[in-house]
Amino acid sequence: MQRRVIFDNKLLPYLLLAPQVAVTLVFFIWPAAQAIWQSVHIQDAFGLRSEFVWFENFEVILRDPNYIETLKTTAIFSVSVTVLSLGVALLLAVLADSKIKGARAYKTLLIWPYALAPAVAAVLWMFIFNPEIGSLGQLLNRLGLDWDYRLNGTQAMIMVILAASWKQVAYNFIFFLAGLQAIPRSVMEAASIDGAGPVRRFWTITFPLLSPTTFFLLVVDMVYAFFETFGTIHALTHGGPGKSTETLIFRVYQDGVVNNDLGASSAQSVILMVIVIALTAVQFRFVERKVHYA
Amino acid sequence: MATVDIRNVRKSYGPVEAIKGIDVAVQDGEFLVLLGPSGCGKSTLLRMVAGLEGITGGEIAIGGRVVNGLDPKDRDIAMVFQNYALYPHMSVFDNMAYGLKIRGIPKPEIQSRVAKAAEILELGRFLDRRPSQLSGGQRQRVAMGRAIVREPSAFLFDEPLSNLDAKLRTQMRVEIKRLQDRLGITSLYVTHDQVEAMTLADRILVMNHGVAEQIGTPLEVYQRPASLFVAGFIGSPPMNVLDGRIDPAGAAIAMPGGAVLPLAAPRAADAGRAVKLGIRPEHLALTAADAPGASSIQVELVEALGADTVVYGRLPDGESLVVRMAGLPACREGDRLTVAPQPGALHLFDADGGRRLAEA
Ligand SMILES: Nc1ncnc2c1ncn2[C@@H]1O[C@H](COP(=O)(O)OP(=O)(O)O)[C@@H](O)[C@H]1O
Ligand SMILES: [Mg+2]
Repeated sequence: MQRRVIFDNKLLPYLLLAPQVAVTLVFFIWPAAQAIWQSVHIQDAFGLRSEFVWFENFEVILRDPNYIETLKTTAIFSVSVTVLSLGVALLLAVLADSKIKGARAYKTLLIWPYALAPAVAAVLWMFIFNPEIGSLGQLLNRLGLDWDYRLNGTQAMIMVILAASWKQVAYNFIFFLAGLQAIPRSVMEAASIDGAGPVRRFWTITFPLLSPTTFFLLVVDMVYAFFETFGTIHALTHGGPGKSTETLIFRVYQDGVVNNDLGASSAQSVILMVIVIALTAVQFRFVERKVHYA
Repeated sequence: MATVDIRNVRKSYGPVEAIKGIDVAVQDGEFLVLLGPSGCGKSTLLRMVAGLEGITGGEIAIGGRVVNGLDPKDRDIAMVFQNYALYPHMSVFDNMAYGLKIRGIPKPEIQSRVAKAAEILELGRFLDRRPSQLSGGQRQRVAMGRAIVREPSAFLFDEPLSNLDAKLRTQMRVEIKRLQDRLGITSLYVTHDQVEAMTLADRILVMNHGVAEQIGTPLEVYQRPASLFVAGFIGSPPMNVLDGRIDPAGAAIAMPGGAVLPLAAPRAADAGRAVKLGIRPEHLALTAADAPGASSIQVELVEALGADTVVYGRLPDGESLVVRMAGLPACREGDRLTVAPQPGALHLFDADGGRRLAEA
C-alpha cells in the first residue's frame, strides 16, 4: 500500500530533505567524485601540479602482482570474517533464545563488544595473543606451536580474522535474536509434534524463517569486512608481517597517506567501491531470490 | 485410534498449582471438550497430553501406554493451534506433508493422503499457495489437514475457532463435527465457548481454577450442573441463583422475599438447611398471582431476540431475576409480572461450597 503525504507548502518537502541530501553530498558524493577525479590524474611529488593520464593508474595497479596478492588476502579475510561472525552469532542467539538460566545477563554481555572502539578491542586481543605476555599466546607456545603473529603471516591473519569477527558477532547476535523471537513458539511446537527433532527443526523451520535476517546481515558483514576493519588491522598488525594482513582498504591508506601516492590510492578506492557495489548487487540478485519473506 | 487416560494429573509452575489433580478417561473415538473460563488451565492440560508441558504429578496414557516421559513426536497425536501455527515458508501441500516426510512415508502415499485431506477440506485449489495467501478460514482448514493426514491416535484442539469471525466459526464448528464423526478419532478440544462445547462434545469436562467441576454429556451438564460454577457457566443467559431455606417440613423452600416454592420431592433430611437455589431463565413462566411458588417482578429491561424474549426483572426484596420467554415480548419496562418456576426445574446447591445437593 502506498501512502502519500500532502504538503501545502511546495518548498517544505525539499527543506525537510535538505539535511540528508547535504550530508550525503559532503560526506559521500563529494569525496567519491574527488576519488574518481584523482584516480585519472598523476600528481607531482609536491602535489603542485597534476596531469590527466586516463586509466594509467588503474593499469599500474592491476598489473602489480602485489595488488593481486592483496585482493586474495582481502577475499580470504572478508569471507572468513563474514562466515565466522554469522555462524558464531547464530549459534549464540539460538542458545540465548532457548530457555537458559541468566539469559538476560548473557545477552547483555554479548552486546558489549559492539560498543568497544576498535583500538581498545585490538589491545585486548594483543593481550590475549601476545607470545610473551598474552595468556593464549603463552599457552600456545607451551603447547609447542611456535606462536608469534608478528613473524608468522598465517597466524597474524587468524588473529585479525578473530578480532574483526568478534566485534561483528555482537551486532549479528542482536539481529538473530530478534529474528528468533519473532518466530511463533507454536510453529516450533507444531513441528515437534509433526516429529521433527531439534536439529531438523532448526534446518527446516528456524533457518528458513531467519533467512531475511541472515541475508541482511550477510550484506552488512561483507561491507564491514571490506571497509570498517581498517582500525582493527591497523592496531593489531599494521598489515604485516610483510603484507600478509594487508587488505584493500589498508592498502588504500598505505599508498595514499603513508606513501603519498594519491593517484594510485584513489584508483584503488574506486576499484574497492566497484567491488562492493558489485557484491551487493549480486547478493540482492541471487541470494534474495532464495529468501523466504513470510 | 486410542483411549486417553488422565489420572490424577497435576501441574505446578513454581509455587502456583495450575492443575490440581484431574481424572478423566476418554473413550476410543470420543469427543471430549475441555470447557472453562480463560486461565482455568485448559491449555495446560491439553499441552501436557501433547507433551509440550511436563507433567508435575499423575499419569497420562494414550492407547494404554503411559506417555509421561515421551517426546511429543512419539505420542502419536496431532494438534491444531489457536493461531494455526502453519509453517509460513512452506506451501499448503508442504505444510500437510511435513510430518509425513519426517516419518519416512513413501512419496506416492504422501501424495494420496494429502490429496484426500485436501478434497475433504476443499483445499485442492490452494495446495501451491503460501499460508499468507489464504484467508483465516482456509488457514484453519490447512491446520486441520495437517492433523488429518497424520492419521494419529488422537486429535488435540486448542481453541481452534477463536480467531475466526462469528459466521465462519459456526460453519467450521459444523465441519469439525462432521469430520470427527467421519474419522472417529479420539479428540480433546479446548474452548471457552459453551455453544461450541454443547454442540461438539460427546462429553464435557468443565474446568475451574485447575479442577474438574463436572464431567458429563452436554445434557447432563445442562440439566444437572454439579456446582454453582457449572450452573453459572453453562446456559445463556446464565441461571438465576437465589438464597433460600428449606422449610422445617422439608417440603418447600422459603425465599427471603416471602415466596414459598414447593419442592417436587420432599427432602426431610435437609429440613431447615440454607441453600442456593438455581432456576434457569427458560424454566420460569408467567402465572396467576395465587399459583404456588409465584413471585412478582418489576420489569427493568426487555431484550427481544426474535425467536424469544429475555426479561430482566427485580424481585420485591431487590434480587434480580432473568426470565426467558418464547416469542415476541408481551411486556414493557416498568410492568409487573408474576412468574413461577416450572415443576421440577429447581436446582439446589449447598449454600457454602456451592456443590449440588444430592437428589432427594
Ligand atoms: N509457562 C507458565 N508459567 C507460569 N504460569 C503459567 C504458564 N502457563 C500457564 N500458566 C498459568 O496457568 C494457568 C492456566 O493457564 P492456561 O492453561 O493457559 O489457561 P486457559 O488455557 O484455560 O486459558 C494460568 O493461571 C496461567 O497464568
Ligand atoms: Mg488457553
